[in-house]
Amino acid sequence: MRLLIAIAILITSIMPARAADDAAFTAVLSKLPEASYAEKSDLIKQLVEIHRAGTKELLNAFLEGRLYVRDSDKKIFIVESSDDAFKLTDAVTNQTAGTVSQDGFSKIGVNNQLRRVLRAALAQFDLASPDRDARLAAVKEMQRSMDADTTAALRDRLAKELDSAIKKEIANAVALADLSSDDAKVRLQAVTTLHGSLNPDVYNRLQGLLEKSPEGEYVEPDEAVRTAAAAAITRIDRWRQIYSAIETLLFGLSLGSVLVLAGIGLAITFGVMGVINMAHGELMMLGAYTTYVMQLLMPHYIGASIIVAIPAAFLVSGLMGVLIERGIVRFLYGRPLETLLATFGVSLILQQLVRDVFSPNNRPVETPQWMAGSLQFNEALSITYIRLYIIIFTLAVFAVLLLTLKHTRLGLEVRAVSQNRNMAKAMGIRTEWVDALTFGLGSGIAGVAGVALSQLTNVGPNLGQSYIVDSFMVVVFGGVGNLWGTQIGGASLGIINKLLEPYSGAVLAKIFVLIFLILFIQRRPRGLFPQKGRAAEG
Amino acid sequence: MNVIQKCAGPLAVLAGLAMTTVASAADTIKVGILHSLSGTMAISETTLKDTVLMLIDEQNKKGGVLGKKLEAVVVDPASNWPLFAEKAAQLLEKDKVAVVFGCWTSVSRKSVLPVFEKDNGLLFYPVQYEGEESSKNVIYTGAAPNQQAIPAVDYLMKDVGVKRWVLAGTDYVYPRTTNKILEAYLKAKGVKSEDIMINYTPFGHSDWQSIVADIKKFGSAGKKTAVVSTINGDANVPFYKELANQKISAEDIPVVAFSVGEEELSGLDTKPLVGHLAAWNYFMSVKSPANDEWIKKWHAFTKNPKRTFNDPMEAHVIGFNLWVKAVQKAGTTDTEKVIAALPGLETPNLTGGTAKLLPNHHITKPVYIGEVRADGQFDVVWKTDKEVPGDAWSDFLPGSKDIEADWVTLKCGNYNTKTKTCSGTKYE
Repeated sequence: MRLLIAIAILITSIMPARAADDAAFTAVLSKLPEASYAEKSDLIKQLVEIHRAGTKELLNAFLEGRLYVRDSDKKIFIVESSDDAFKLTDAVTNQTAGTVSQDGFSKIGVNNQLRRVLRAALAQFDLASPDRDARLAAVKEMQRSMDADTTAALRDRLAKELDSAIKKEIANAVALADLSSDDAKVRLQAVTTLHGSLNPDVYNRLQGLLEKSPEGEYVEPDEAVRTAAAAAITRIDRWRQIYSAIETLLFGLSLGSVLVLAGIGLAITFGVMGVINMAHGELMMLGAYTTYVMQLLMPHYIGASIIVAIPAAFLVSGLMGVLIERGIVRFLYGRPLETLLATFGVSLILQQLVRDVFSPNNRPVETPQWMAGSLQFNEALSITYIRLYIIIFTLAVFAVLLLTLKHTRLGLEVRAVSQNRNMAKAMGIRTEWVDALTFGLGSGIAGVAGVALSQLTNVGPNLGQSYIVDSFMVVVFGGVGNLWGTQIGGASLGIINKLLEPYSGAVLAKIFVLIFLILFIQRRPRGLFPQKGRAAEG
Repeated sequence: MNVIQKCAGPLAVLAGLAMTTVASAADTIKVGILHSLSGTMAISETTLKDTVLMLIDEQNKKGGVLGKKLEAVVVDPASNWPLFAEKAAQLLEKDKVAVVFGCWTSVSRKSVLPVFEKDNGLLFYPVQYEGEESSKNVIYTGAAPNQQAIPAVDYLMKDVGVKRWVLAGTDYVYPRTTNKILEAYLKAKGVKSEDIMINYTPFGHSDWQSIVADIKKFGSAGKKTAVVSTINGDANVPFYKELANQKISAEDIPVVAFSVGEEELSGLDTKPLVGHLAAWNYFMSVKSPANDEWIKKWHAFTKNPKRTFNDPMEAHVIGFNLWVKAVQKAGTTDTEKVIAALPGLETPNLTGGTAKLLPNHHITKPVYIGEVRADGQFDVVWKTDKEVPGDAWSDFLPGSKDIEADWVTLKCGNYNTKTKTCSGTKYE
């Protein structure tokens, strides 16, 4: 209520000035369409100074590229486009002006530098917003483009702000500006304020203080400030190193999870059943396409479609797996070479199938909103949500699979059949059914992996091929027939890859990992965790 | 003997038949189209085939060339580089085509080059490429590095104020050569080596997290940073996704791409890409009467009002018009005479200005920098004042700066101005 009164007072107080403002506003606005990008940036500043109702909406529309000029009378409109038509709003009066066809309008161009100027300008509007998050975002936005105006605005706000997190943010921004103060005391105070900040701007500015000019004099004349800055830099450097190590580890884990996801289905079909399934990659591809189809079926619920896609992909790929097992693989048990060739044929058939059904082009799979962006621990460490979810997802899939094999009847039968087929038969287990279900389970897991991969890579007919080598690599490295081996093998290969990457580049890192694997297999042909006992020999 | 006599009758009939087909074939001029219609490159090349078919259709409506109708001969080299050479030989030797429009990747062009030189054919190559080549038998209607890469870097340096550079590319010949030229160019402009980061990734790379994190770190050193991307094909999708997820916006670190156009964006969610840049010689969104009319015709021909049109397709339009003019000027489709007639010919660009064929078999082109819009089209934010003449041999590489290509006076594709020799057909 008090706010409303304040606004009312504000409006009445500026009433007389309004007509003059309108004229100035229109004058500035009319220059926009013809202006160069550099001139536009000045015009925006002028618009902000005039500061009248509707300026914020105008700047927002400009930022989003929704500001158009009518070619016939050079009138400027904020538009909203809907199927080949424009819903017009007059930029000066803020009145709606009907819906017309898009012909005869030209967009007022905006580029990256302008977008930055616009964002900073809009942030000043938000600085006094009652919404805490909006204020925080505004402060962060203004930090990116600091000049005399924004510093003054932030100083103003610092006195009024009550929220401690925002206060700290503003204090840092102001301290950064204070580093160029003439007063050595102010500078020293600023360095102290910035002591714990991991912001790269802070680091660069502090570093700048310690540099020497070409004449051999320090940029920073005051000894005490220099010492403080040097201490701050040492501290920041140490933290940065620690965080960078954690980051590499996280990257490795996330790559490892992708490898595990790709390999874990194979750990069942190849590891437990001993079938070299070259169509494994294509089963993942089917899972990815299932995600795409789910998104087509529920276009308004992209977030939920991913969740629905998980069981759907399991069913699609699982059924395809059972079909492959019943149709082809079961006639070829004990003949690995023929199995390899036959399943390779299946993989080609599946690829061509999706080419014919979905077109040879990659299909766009949208990333749901809740998976976009990244989790920011601090200025130096963050992990993208997508990677985080995939690490969690992999662990979940692994746990479910482990429980299935250890604690269900199917799991018991699978283990029995894989250890001694004849004995299992003698105990009354229908080994044929178990074979089909096991193969279906492994294939279904591959489909589930495909859902995850659809968020990371291109969904196209070649998706499977790019992961088949990786998945065999993980299973062989981890030890055939051992789920734990797959999990640990995948994770360690991922971490090794990411440790190597900064030194050797992405291309060589991959090659080094393969060489390492070849050498490792020479020493330990049965992988990290070989299966023990008589069953392993058979 | 008997056998021959027995067969003589039918043979004569067959020969007669053959004669008539030859006679009817002589009434048309054959135009070869050598673009992959299957395999990995089909995504980009199929649409080029459609462009040439439409051009032939249009020309036939105007009465053809030299009073004869044009006839398209379409072959499919299936994204298989050796097959390109085979199919080229088939077009030139068996079908006896007057001209070939074709190829996309540099490796496919290198594969057909010896065939065209041996059979003295004529190839119009429509794609931006790394330069360092000029053949008597090839007309390069795509951009040379000085018509795409160098102006883009100039724009970033002068208009955006970029001080630190990431050159990221896929690991093959075009990105490596282009980056070599750019590195030399940047260093000549006073950029220090520690301000240049070069990174190569395999085809179809999908795990971009650490590379993007490196770019982010590299870009946080207090100087304006930009990424010059020669990343090719579908590796771009996860790359841009990762950029968006790690919250690197085009306002902080813009990415300027040389291989991402309207066609590539059409299968992609472009919202996170808004503001990133691409450098081309043509954008579908450029407003000009010729372009508007052309796109209308294109949509009518393909019966698809959503179909995109892009830079290499415009290059084919220019190349086709140049060829028609050359044939009309020479009065024959004889390769030797057409090649002699080509240099100096001019034809309008779709976006305004004219394309002129230079003695080095490259053309003049305007250069545009566009920013990606939310609808997958580009907004032009910068363009050159006038057309830039294509330079076959880069002035920024030590080996090639003394080499000149001139098929009018010097009659040589790689004339060394220092040693005053022409090294013949050797291009490297």
